[in-house]
Amino acid sequence: MQNRIIELKDIKKSYGQVYALGGVDLHVDQGEVVGLVGDNGAGKSTLIKILAGAVRPTTGEILVRGEPVSNWNAGRSREAGIETVFQDRALAVQQTIIWNIFMGRELVGPLGFLKVRKQREEAERLMREIGFTSKVFGPSSIVGQLSGGERQGVAIARAMYNQSDLIILDEPTTALSLTETAKVFHFVRQARAAGRSILFIGHNIHHVFDISDRFVVLDRGRVALQASKAELGSAEALVRFMEELAHPGGAGVQSTGGTV
Amino acid sequence: MTDTANRDGQSPAKALDADTVRRVAEGKHADRSRLRRFFRDHRPAVGSFVVLVVMLACFFVGNPEVFSQWNMYRAVLIGLPVVLFVVVPLVYVVTVGEIDLSFPATIGMAGWVFALVVQAGYDPFLGIIAAVLTGLVLGLCVGWLVVYANLSSLIATLGMNFMLRGLIQINTEGKSIALVGLPKTLTFQIFGGQFFGIPVQVLWALLFVAICSFIYNRHRFGVHVHMVGDNPDAAQQMGINVKLVRLKTFAFVGLGAALAGVAAVMINYTWWPTSGDGYLLPALASVFVGGTAPWGGIGTIIGSAIGSFTVSFIQSGVVGAGLSGFYVQFFYGLIIILSLLGHRWNQVRYR
Repeated sequence: MQNRIIELKDIKKSYGQVYALGGVDLHVDQGEVVGLVGDNGAGKSTLIKILAGAVRPTTGEILVRGEPVSNWNAGRSREAGIETVFQDRALAVQQTIIWNIFMGRELVGPLGFLKVRKQREEAERLMREIGFTSKVFGPSSIVGQLSGGERQGVAIARAMYNQSDLIILDEPTTALSLTETAKVFHFVRQARAAGRSILFIGHNIHHVFDISDRFVVLDRGRVALQASKAELGSAEALVRFMEELAHPGGAGVQSTGGTV
Repeated sequence: MTDTANRDGQSPAKALDADTVRRVAEGKHADRSRLRRFFRDHRPAVGSFVVLVVMLACFFVGNPEVFSQWNMYRAVLIGLPVVLFVVVPLVYVVTVGEIDLSFPATIGMAGWVFALVVQAGYDPFLGIIAAVLTGLVLGLCVGWLVVYANLSSLIATLGMNFMLRGLIQINTEGKSIALVGLPKTLTFQIFGGQFFGIPVQVLWALLFVAICSFIYNRHRFGVHVHMVGDNPDAAQQMGINVKLVRLKTFAFVGLGAALAGVAAVMINYTWWPTSGDGYLLPALASVFVGGTAPWGGIGTIIGSAIGSFTVSFIQSGVVGAGLSGFYVQFFYGLIIILSLLGHRWNQVRYR
C-alpha cells in the first residue's frame, strides 16, 4: 500500500501478568477513516495511548510511513503527525474558538505577545477546511455558546493544526443528539476530503459504520476482525459479529434486540 | 417505540433552531457593528462603569455643592494607587482560580524594606528596587505553599498574612518610621509628586493598569492564566505548565503589593507597622465589583480598576453626601451586593 501513515506490527502490552493487548496489527493509510470498535476492556484505550505515545508497548514494531521507529514516545507521535482528540474534548469553554485552537502553542512575536491577526486567519482556514462555518458564530465566539457537536468541531480543528496526518477521535459522538452527530460526521468527512486520516473510536456500531471506510474489531486484546465497508455490507453484519463475540453460540437469542 | 425514537431524534434539531434564533437575537453572532462588538467584548467592564456612574450620580444629587469640587475627587485619587497596584495582580490570581489574602502583609513588609533603605541614607530608587525584590520573594513563598505544597490558597495565604504581620510587629515593636528627607529627593518628585493638581502616583498606577491589561488580553502569559483558570486539565494536556503559571500569578501579587507598599509610604512620608492592613477587604471587593468572575477563567483588568475607584469613593462619598460615618459600612455592603447581582445578570457562566 502506498501512503501508509502508520503501521503497528504484533503490538503486545502487558500490565504485570495481565495482557491488555496480545499481538495487534493495525495500519492506517492516507485519506481513510478507520473505525475501531470493541467492548469495554477490549484494549481500545491502550491501543490509542500507544498510538499517542503515552504508553509504551511491551513488544512490537511501529512503522511510520514504512520506516521503523525506535524509542516511540509522545514527541515521536506528534512528529509523525498524530493528534488525539480526547474524550472530554479538553476545551476551555469560557474562551474563544481561536484561543482554544491555539491552546498551549499560541502564535507569538519575540516578546511573547499574540499575533492576533495571524491566529485569526489560521483559525478561519482550519474551520473552513473541515466545513465548520456558520453565520451564527465566528472564530472569536465563546466555545461555551456552541453545541456539543460544534465543540467537537473545535477540538477537531485544533487537532488538524500543525499538518497532522492522523487524527484519533476517541468516542466523539458519545452523548450527542442525532443532529450533533451529523455535524461531527460532516467535520470528519471534510477532514478526509482534505487528505487527513481518521481513527474513529465509538461504542455506537451504527455511528462507526456510517462514517468509516474500514473496520477493526478488538476483542480481549486481539484483532477479531478487519474488514472494509464493502466486505461487511451492512451495519447489521457488524452488530451480529460483535454479539457473536460477546455471547458465542447464543447470538440467535440476542440478535433480535440488537439489530433494531 | 419507533415514534419515541423519532421524537427524540427531532427535538434536538428544534431546540438548536430556537437556540440559534436566541443567539442571533442576543447579538452573539459574527458582529458587524463595531460599537456592538465593543459592548459584547467588554460587558463586565462596561457594567462596572455603569455602577460607578450611577453611584456618583446618587451622591451628586444628595449634595451637588460638595461633589462639584475637584478636591473631593483628589482626596480619593491620592489613596487610589495603593489599591490599584494590588487589585490588578489580584485579577490574575482570581482568574487562575486561586485567591491571595497575604498581600496586606506584603505591602507592610515591602514598605518596611523601602523605609529602612531610605532611612539608611540610600537613594529612594534603590529602596524601590529592594521593596520589589522583597515582594517577589514573598510572593514566590506564598505561591510555593499553594502550588507545590498543595495547600488551599484561601487558608495558606491567610496564614502567611498573619505570620508576616507578626514578624513586623515583633521586630518593630509597633514603632513607625518617618522619612523626613523623602519629599526632597528627585525619585520622589518622579514617583510621588503632583502634576497639575493630579497626584503623579495615579498616572503611574494607570500606566501599570494599561500594561497589565494588555498582557492579560494579548500576551501568552495572560492567555495561559485564562486557560488554567478555565480548565486546568485541558491546559495540562495541551502542554501548558499549569503549576508554573499559578506560581507566577502569586509572584505577581507580591510585585504589585511591593509597589503598593512604596506608594503608601510616599503618601505621608511615613511607614507604619500596620501599613496595608486596611486594604484587605476593599481591594478584594474591588476585584469583584469590577466584574471579574469569582469562579475563574474570565476577568477584566479595566473593569476592576474602575471597581477600585468605586470602592475607594464610597467612604468619602457617604460622608460628603451628608450622612454620618455610621452609614459607611452599610453602603460598602450595599454597593458590593448590588454590583455582584448586576454582573451575575450581565454575564453567563459557560460550562
